[in-house]
Amino acid sequence: MELKFLKRNRTLIIKIDGEIDHHTCEILRGETERALEKMGGKNIIFRMSGVSFMDSSGIGAMIGRYKDIQRLGGKIAIAEANDRVRQIFLLSAMQSLIPSFPNVDLALEYVEGGKE
Amino acid sequence: MEYQNEFRVFFAAKSQNEALARIMTAAFLSQYDPTLSEITDIKTAVSEAVTNAIIHGYEEKSGEVELFCGYNDGRIYIEVADQGAGIADINQAREPLFTSKPELERSGMGFTIMETFMEEIRVESKEGEGTRIYMEKALTTE
Repeated sequence: MELKFLKRNRTLIIKIDGEIDHHTCEILRGETERALEKMGGKNIIFRMSGVSFMDSSGIGAMIGRYKDIQRLGGKIAIAEANDRVRQIFLLSAMQSLIPSFPNVDLALEYVEGGKE
Repeated sequence: MEYQNEFRVFFAAKSQNEALARIMTAAFLSQYDPTLSEITDIKTAVSEAVTNAIIHGYEEKSGEVELFCGYNDGRIYIEVADQGAGIADINQAREPLFTSKPELERSGMGFTIMETFMEEIRVESKEGEGTRIYMEKALTTE
């Protein structure tokens, strides 16, 4: 798994390439925590176009990040997820907590949407 | 059962071997001209079962995970087994969103995903002795 971090306004955009499973979720969690600390931000967008595989560990990790971000008063979203990743999200009924958008711009509109 | 082809492997209960289990399964399957979606379904189910063995069976301590793949007459048969803790209440474990380990960021969706992506699933488990999961799926092409 490879992660790339980019900051836009108050949002950390995390591009994930590779496979998301129990093993790589540990990396995802640690790196995301470090990036939030270093780069700041109160929202997260996971850009998933490069995700070639995801199992339910990915859902667990996303819920974990949702809880972190909620504490900061922010929002979390996923963008560019393929059908398979969206199916796993739908099965676990997570779309109300972590909505999915076809592109980063729409996801940014959602997470940055609320006025302070 | 007699299989036209089969393999059985044992590997260390380490999280990096989750990918190995998926790759071995996909390589075995590829001989039978499955669709991309069938490969992903079966890989995902195997990943869930192997992850359960590592996290719940062995509680991330050392152990050995067994993976079996069999092919017979257009059907794929999978077994994933551990000799770990076992499951106290199988029905509860299979409920969507139930997890015994929320502190480890588990979603509780493992069994639901196995049931969704495979056609048949059977769980044998005994506390203190381990768990064996049987799964089956028909391939659309032979």
